Amino acid sequence: MSFPTGFLHFPAMPIDIDIAHVARLARLDLTDDELEVYRAQLGVILDHAAKVQSLQGEPQVASAHPLGFVNAYRDDVVVPSLDRDEVLAAAPETEDGYFVAPPALETG
Amino acid sequence: MSPNDLTIVAAGERLRAGDLTAVELLEATLDRAHRTEAQLHAYLTIDRDGALEAAAAADADLAKGVDRGPLQGIPMALKDNMCTRGVETTASSQILSGYRPPYDATVVTRLRDAGAVIVGKTNLDEFAMGSSTENSGYGATYNPWDISRVPGGSSGGSAAAVSAGSALCALGSDTGGSIRQPASLSGIVGMKPTYGTVSRYGLIAFASSLDQIGPLSRSVTDAAVTLATIWGHDPRDATSYAGDYPDPSAELGRGIDGMRIGVVSELAGEGYEPAVESAVSSMVESLAEAGAEIVELSLPTFEIALSAYYLIAPAEASANLARFDGIRYGHRADGSSTETLMARTRAEGFGPEVTRRILLGTYALSAGYYDAFYGQAQRVRAAIQDDFARAYEQVDALVSPTSPTVAFPAGARVDDPLAMYLSDICTIPSNLSGHPAISVPIGVDGQNLPIGFQVMAPALGETTLFRVAAEVERLAAFTARPVLEEVAS
Amino acid sequence: MTWEPVIGIEVHAELSTRSKMFCGCAVEFGAEPNTNVCPVCLGLPGALPVPNRQAIEWIMAIGLALDCQVAPMSVFHRKNYFYADLPKNYQISQFDVPVCSEGHLDISVDGATRTIGIERAHMEEDTGKSTHVGDGGRIHAAQSTLLDFNRSGVPLVEIVSKPDIRSAAESRAYAQELRAVVAELGVSDARLEEGSIRFDANVSVRPEGAEEYGTKVEIKNMNSFRSLERAVEFEIARQIEVLESGGEVIQETRHWDEEAEVTHSMRTKEGSSDYRYFTEPDLVPMVMDDTWIARVRDGLPELPAARRSRYVSDGLDPHLAGVLSDMSGSLRSIYDDAVAAGAPSRQTANWVTGEVNAWVRRTESDMVPITGAQLAELVAMVEDGTVSSSAAKEVLEGVLSGEGGPRAVAEARDLTQISDTSELVAAVESVLAENPDAIESFRSGETKVVGFLVGQVMRATQGKADPKLVNDLLRNKLSG
Ligand SMILES: [Mg+2]
Ligand SMILES: [Zn+2]
Repeated sequence: MSFPTGFLHFPAMPIDIDIAHVARLARLDLTDDELEVYRAQLGVILDHAAKVQSLQGEPQVASAHPLGFVNAYRDDVVVPSLDRDEVLAAAPETEDGYFVAPPALETG
Repeated sequence: MSPNDLTIVAAGERLRAGDLTAVELLEATLDRAHRTEAQLHAYLTIDRDGALEAAAAADADLAKGVDRGPLQGIPMALKDNMCTRGVETTASSQILSGYRPPYDATVVTRLRDAGAVIVGKTNLDEFAMGSSTENSGYGATYNPWDISRVPGGSSGGSAAAVSAGSALCALGSDTGGSIRQPASLSGIVGMKPTYGTVSRYGLIAFASSLDQIGPLSRSVTDAAVTLATIWGHDPRDATSYAGDYPDPSAELGRGIDGMRIGVVSELAGEGYEPAVESAVSSMVESLAEAGAEIVELSLPTFEIALSAYYLIAPAEASANLARFDGIRYGHRADGSSTETLMARTRAEGFGPEVTRRILLGTYALSAGYYDAFYGQAQRVRAAIQDDFARAYEQVDALVSPTSPTVAFPAGARVDDPLAMYLSDICTIPSNLSGHPAISVPIGVDGQNLPIGFQVMAPALGETTLFRVAAEVERLAAFTARPVLEEVAS
Repeated sequence: MTWEPVIGIEVHAELSTRSKMFCGCAVEFGAEPNTNVCPVCLGLPGALPVPNRQAIEWIMAIGLALDCQVAPMSVFHRKNYFYADLPKNYQISQFDVPVCSEGHLDISVDGATRTIGIERAHMEEDTGKSTHVGDGGRIHAAQSTLLDFNRSGVPLVEIVSKPDIRSAAESRAYAQELRAVVAELGVSDARLEEGSIRFDANVSVRPEGAEEYGTKVEIKNMNSFRSLERAVEFEIARQIEVLESGGEVIQETRHWDEEAEVTHSMRTKEGSSDYRYFTEPDLVPMVMDDTWIARVRDGLPELPAARRSRYVSDGLDPHLAGVLSDMSGSLRSIYDDAVAAGAPSRQTANWVTGEVNAWVRRTESDMVPITGAQLAELVAMVEDGTVSSSAAKEVLEGVLSGEGGPRAVAEARDLTQISDTSELVAAVESVLAENPDAIESFRSGETKVVGFLVGQVMRATQGKADPKLVNDLLRNKLSG
């Protein structure tokens, strides 16, 4: 099996990745070993993704909708909400009609 | 031929002629699933009761003369990233294990209204991230043509089911080729409609600006009639197209005499398997013989489309997947604070490919890197759209291979993310442009593995797309079937 | 050294649309928890947002009322951060292309008017509500968090001022004026106590005359205008003290503690403010063309500032103009109608802001059952002496109780004054006859005895005499 080598052999640019910071932003509790594997893989992928910087000229950023649609709204009309029991049935923990989570911050 | 191997159109004729009932057709389909699932694992969930009820309702309607259109009584499979009320929907992720949505996706509602029989939910790469259906949180799917190989992905379960006859047709979603590439590797038709024409409401999002639902089927006509049923403006999807929709079937069988067809020179050469290239070249010759004018086109931005895609899609995914946090639904890990609970839930619930892409997308959007990565990728996207626009000034449709390779062995690319990403090199440009594209099987290689041919058309150019695809199908006269040893599971 | 405070205020106003920003769930304060929720506002997998057109028109109205530019094209962004009451773990908000930008609002403090720049007003969605339960209900000691998503997705307009505010009093005046504008537009309940309008302040200090800004501190959790003023005051003093004792102000978010009247540093982790904004791919750009903007502009009501200056040009002093301007629409239209019917503005305004307003508050009535024409008549009756000003209050009471017009009530209740001279002369003469000592006193120069004599006449006539007329008659007789 072979792949378009032009893509694979695009010269690598050094990319520093504070992988622990990225994982924290993304709320992923990974071990140090896992972080190191992902850091290395991201390095390879980003080296190649950096090809986007080879684009010539000063093109515009793509519009929000691929086909350039604009102005989609709904009227201010109330529609029935979901049944609360059905909604809460999917939740890991509930109490008196509320979803329950631990405290926001570590205590103690 | 067993009825579950029929096309939608042929089965529909028999249902209406009264020599086949929807329940019989479903039973045959379920029987095929029963005998193939142990090897293929196309389905995550089979909703036998729901399907039987729908089939019986279709029979009752047909008996009363109530005709709901071509999908009435047709056993269909749904990729498991489309929400089905009360039926487990996981997107193949452990983080959604056991999750039963309280609502139906708009496409599901449309299928039900059309009298379709939903057999079950098919396997996919977790959250549709992958090209082999090996990244599923519930085990891989295998290719009916060779069960040591992958069916492609991420809609690999849908492709395998249609290919194996455990559904007549299926819906998949295509973010970077996830309908067309598995269709190509599994020897069936797979079509990605114009962005915004099929509602995404109820489709578990991977990359919102790229995701599009479409059909996987046994014929071009089947894809066209399925599309006609599922598409249309949806007020619940703000990106939905609100104008007039063309008739996808309007020019089927009209031939291609006088059409101008572009061959993209960037989608050939190094990295493309010779069998794929030669099958594609001979199809291009056949198209010329059938009266098309062939135009060689260079679309240079296609060279960096993959790079742009692997920034834009993960960036959007990193936000789309933030909601899976263990608070309101799905898996929850222990944690004495919300932050710890969320971080552990996500680390446990997501598989490695999803984790990788979330990290990639988070990085690409983060302070200091945004301009060089995500921002620049959006410029590339605009440039690709410009390239397409220039191409469509010269030609009516573009053609290329669907995938550089035929189905690859299971495990071959799992440890090499980049190699896996290259599976989508031909399909990604149409996602970045939002244009429709289709893969049609045109032959097999020396190992009897199917080869797909891609046709691309401008936005809302579905009528043209299907016209060309139907001619490709006629010229290819592809009749090969997977040789699958059936064993009762 | 003299320090100059530099303050910017961020206001979050919930819009009082019927349905939420991106879904059809009802906007309703105080509903049972998690009853106004759907796949969209709960962030269920597969759900998609669709913007509420009314909310977009209302933010345009807010922007136009603040003299902002309405962007010809504006987009939504995702603001990414994880929080249990933010269901998608991103907030749909706006980043570099807000709907409204570059406006201003005039405020007045101690009679001086200042113009405060408005940086931007953008559209976003509210979060759900967290209730921290456990020991003492304090955030740091909480055992668990109860989550209610009824508020999740309620349309929220964030209005950011420029750092043009220079004192705690100006902060308060700005907040009050902005609240009045939003309330006037009818786009928000603007109730501080329900949290439907919320104020955060960015406070820094710098040496008087310095160009550069000091390090700013964001203060939150002020739930009244008074606490906003007190919090800003405290924070200014705290920062000056830090600087004067050789310390440095740390850029941070601080919480106002209402009871202790101090600000506390909020425990936040470093680096958590990388919001990774990017264009919301589930939504399409909003194009606000001139026709649309003009239609919204045409629908704007008269705003408080314009109304106050109209009242001043009617002849009211600025204070009374302000008080009247803050009255309800129905009270103000009674004033407007009465003045249009020829009533003198100051007296009319006094009646409306005084007795009529007091009656409305006392009876908690939604309706004010007096017309402008009736009030004009009542004012005229006081002016021409038909009723005394104290009797007029009774007449008003009668009118408001549905007893009829002012004249009919005055007659029915026998409250008209005796303004007929011949009738009064008799009464005056008999009082003088009964009080020869008083006449004596007056003639020896003690003129204030007239007051006593007026009182006697009033008593003799059971209060129905026109005191002004009695006074005149008495003075005539005494000096005669
Ligand atoms: Mg805000
Ligand atoms: Zn809702």
